[in-house]
Amino acid sequence: MEELMEILEDISPDVDFENETALMDDKILSSFDVLSIVSELRANYGIRITPAEIIPDNFNSAEAIWNMICRLKEG
Amino acid sequence: MKNVMDYLKRQAEQKPEKTAFADEETSVTYAELLDSAKRIGSELAGYDCQKKPVPVMMKKSVFTVQIMMGIVCAGGFYIILDPSQPPARLNQILETLRPELLIASKEYSDHVSELDFSGKVLIAEEMGHQDQDTEVLHQIEKEHLDVDPLYVLFTSGSTGIPKGVVVSHRSVIDFIDEFTGIFDITDQDVIGNQAPFDFDVSVKDIYGGLAVGATVQLIPKEYFSIPIKLLDFLDDRKVTNLTWAVSALGIVSILNGLSYKKPSAIKRIMFSGESMPIRHLNYWRSYYPDARFVNLYGPTEITCNCTYYEIDREFDIGEKIPIGKSFPNEKVFLLDEENHEVKEPGKEGEICVSGTALALGYYHNPAQTAKAFVQNPLNDDWMETIYRTGDLAYYDEDGQMCFTSRKDFQIKHMGHRIELGEIEAALFKIEAIKNSCCVFDENKNKIVCFYQGDISKKEIVLEARKYLQDFMIPNVFRQMETLPVTKNGKLDRKALKDSLASK
Repeated sequence: MEELMEILEDISPDVDFENETALMDDKILSSFDVLSIVSELRANYGIRITPAEIIPDNFNSAEAIWNMICRLKEG
Repeated sequence: MKNVMDYLKRQAEQKPEKTAFADEETSVTYAELLDSAKRIGSELAGYDCQKKPVPVMMKKSVFTVQIMMGIVCAGGFYIILDPSQPPARLNQILETLRPELLIASKEYSDHVSELDFSGKVLIAEEMGHQDQDTEVLHQIEKEHLDVDPLYVLFTSGSTGIPKGVVVSHRSVIDFIDEFTGIFDITDQDVIGNQAPFDFDVSVKDIYGGLAVGATVQLIPKEYFSIPIKLLDFLDDRKVTNLTWAVSALGIVSILNGLSYKKPSAIKRIMFSGESMPIRHLNYWRSYYPDARFVNLYGPTEITCNCTYYEIDREFDIGEKIPIGKSFPNEKVFLLDEENHEVKEPGKEGEICVSGTALALGYYHNPAQTAKAFVQNPLNDDWMETIYRTGDLAYYDEDGQMCFTSRKDFQIKHMGHRIELGEIEAALFKIEAIKNSCCVFDENKNKIVCFYQGDISKKEIVLEARKYLQDFMIPNVFRQMETLPVTKNGKLDRKALKDSLASK
């Protein structure tokens, strides 16, 4: 989780990833942020995120992103 | 035709019930659009905005199009202000325009009240309820000239102040008529609009649609973060035509969106804004082998595009797609440093453009206008203005023009044209930064900022947001003891750029 926080903060240093719970719903993440996150997760965790996974439920908070990573790694 | 309103009038007469524009929530027919434009226009006429700038701060929507057409009806010209821009930048734009009137949607009225604007603010939601004043609108129409401005689009300025490109009705009509004709855009098309209205790719969607009587579907910006929503929208709305920024097509390709759903009606995909990476082109072509793919090139100053290249073969990774040949309404040619025309294949020159598509210059900025819009050095017989793009290109063996690089420090990033000087000017306002230099890493598609000063990346980003739009904020920051200088004491950009290759 710590590594994920570093990745996210590197992409958007001014976003409060600790506390935000509506990153996608409130349009805090731009399309390019989402693109960067997907690319970084692929590079760092070796996971392939399909289009169906790129939804607010999986991207609204750092915790949701982390849960998605764990799920995809297990799969 | 001398007024873009004539497009709308023609369609309202020929196909009044057809949907002209639609967004996520609502839609408007051609007859309704003309009616609302006249009502809003009649109201605006009371504020005398003929040949005057009217900034609009609204989210992209059907209603925004109605307001834009209302301004045109009243003889004014519109400027779309992106509310997410930093207030400092919006203030610079307002200072340049010095408008008497500003239209904002209710949700942005507080935002507007914090800007340096003392003129009249009209709330968009309260407009359009007045009856049409046919007599006044007729008089405005009579006084209209085809060279009157239609819109002003602000682009990045190297001095830190955005430049407002003024584009006339004549330029838009001449371009759109050629554009729709060459690419067979008809009333059977459904145009999927991606570009924000403060970006000139949208001009092709809005006026291309109006010119032929097509339906324009406005895609919500946030759908580009959620590919399944985007692809469902394109499929459900039966979109046939995409004229998108390269970066938007790239998002779908990188996220492998088409593996989720292939919108079935798409038959034409056009792109512009920056060089198209071949892997993205090949991705889209693999799903749409029978579609037309077109590379469009041109800066805002020449009204959308001045050259096009229709993809007619496979391209290998690493190959560059030509920018092609000129649209018939303009002359595009290359000049070398001695102002001689370059014709031989392989030799580089600056892309220069003449014709009716040339913008009227930069708003309230005669110095910059005189620098970029100059007399054609090949013509000493009459006044023929050309626009010097600052882009370098050469002809290939087939006579197609191929872009190589910029003459200056302008870059293309996320579909936007950015002057690195504007970023540096903004960073200079941050007290803790003693010096900075920005370079563009083409391989990683990132803006890299080298800086001197005791300040963290997070602090810089927070400060920089006061002056810069999101896409201008550097992606990578490198703190340095000192920045390298050349023998002449200037910042050594080349050394900094070369250092990226070794990382």
